[in-house]
Amino acid sequence: MKEITREENLVYRRTPLMTDATLSYCPGCGHGTIHRLIMEVVEEMGIQSETIGVAPVGCAVLAYDFMDVDFSQAAHGRAPAVATGIKRLWPDKFVFTYQGDGDLAAIGTAETIHACNRGENITIFFVNNGIYGMTGGQMAPTTLEGMKSSTSPYGRNNETMGPPYKITELIAQLSGTYYVTRQAVHKPGPVRKAKKAIRKALEIQKEKKGISFIEFVSNCNSGWKMTPNDSNIWMEEHMFPFYPMGDIKVDGKLVKG
Amino acid sequence: MAKARGAIVVDIERCKGCQVCMVNCPTDTIGMAVEVNGKGYHYAYMENPESCTGCTNCAVVCPDGVITVYRVKQN
Repeated sequence: MKEITREENLVYRRTPLMTDATLSYCPGCGHGTIHRLIMEVVEEMGIQSETIGVAPVGCAVLAYDFMDVDFSQAAHGRAPAVATGIKRLWPDKFVFTYQGDGDLAAIGTAETIHACNRGENITIFFVNNGIYGMTGGQMAPTTLEGMKSSTSPYGRNNETMGPPYKITELIAQLSGTYYVTRQAVHKPGPVRKAKKAIRKALEIQKEKKGISFIEFVSNCNSGWKMTPNDSNIWMEEHMFPFYPMGDIKVDGKLVKG
Repeated sequence: MAKARGAIVVDIERCKGCQVCMVNCPTDTIGMAVEVNGKGYHYAYMENPESCTGCTNCAVVCPDGVITVYRVKQN
């Protein structure tokens, strides 16, 4: 083994654009993978000093500790509005927001929809795990029908609580969005696809064509009360049928939905 | 045919023992250690070092990015 682990044989290492801080996420959480993928793309494009992120409120509230690029922190749900301001002041910088479903699809719905409708040249990374993870697994707008959470212990009832909604399909209808896609990071294949989508999103921003929006369907093993691998299987069986993988809008044209 | 041989190095203190790498390893190379690290997690290690091909699947799915992968081609 010693003769293999030499510098010249290196094929994969954690990108130096991730800081040495230990991630605050639970074991097996998709957030860490998504952080790393974004930083890998930033490294490949050589835009570390040109990139500004906007952190949300939620599990990823400390994202600025982990990703070694400039960061701002927005009030709950207001990341697209803050990103709009940053991008308008520095149109040549790469500006992205990183938000969860409680942040983007609940309290920040207005900011999200209007930023997408205006077609600001920013990138939105949306991590959807169907639950409010940080605060203890409460029901979110994206919680599936029948899914148990701490505020819907008998499962979500569509009649009294309303059905879950697909904000990604919703914003794909808006004229300002240029690229809208849904990805996952639970297996090597989807991770590699997701990385290509992130690359595409940031390239679109370079060309100033409009908003690029990537939803990552992710797990919340702590909130769902499962082991990491069980939660990934549950996600495939229950989340993917409702939140299907793949591109929804490419080059400003709807391809699905 | 050239055969790829690989090896992984796990950053033991950063590993959270989530086992996502273990189930995504196509050659069953990775196992979880009986010992625990400083945080009390059973960390990942190469249980069958001979079978590793250096495919990087474990490293790309690792949420905490603790795995470094090396690969050599052998005839």
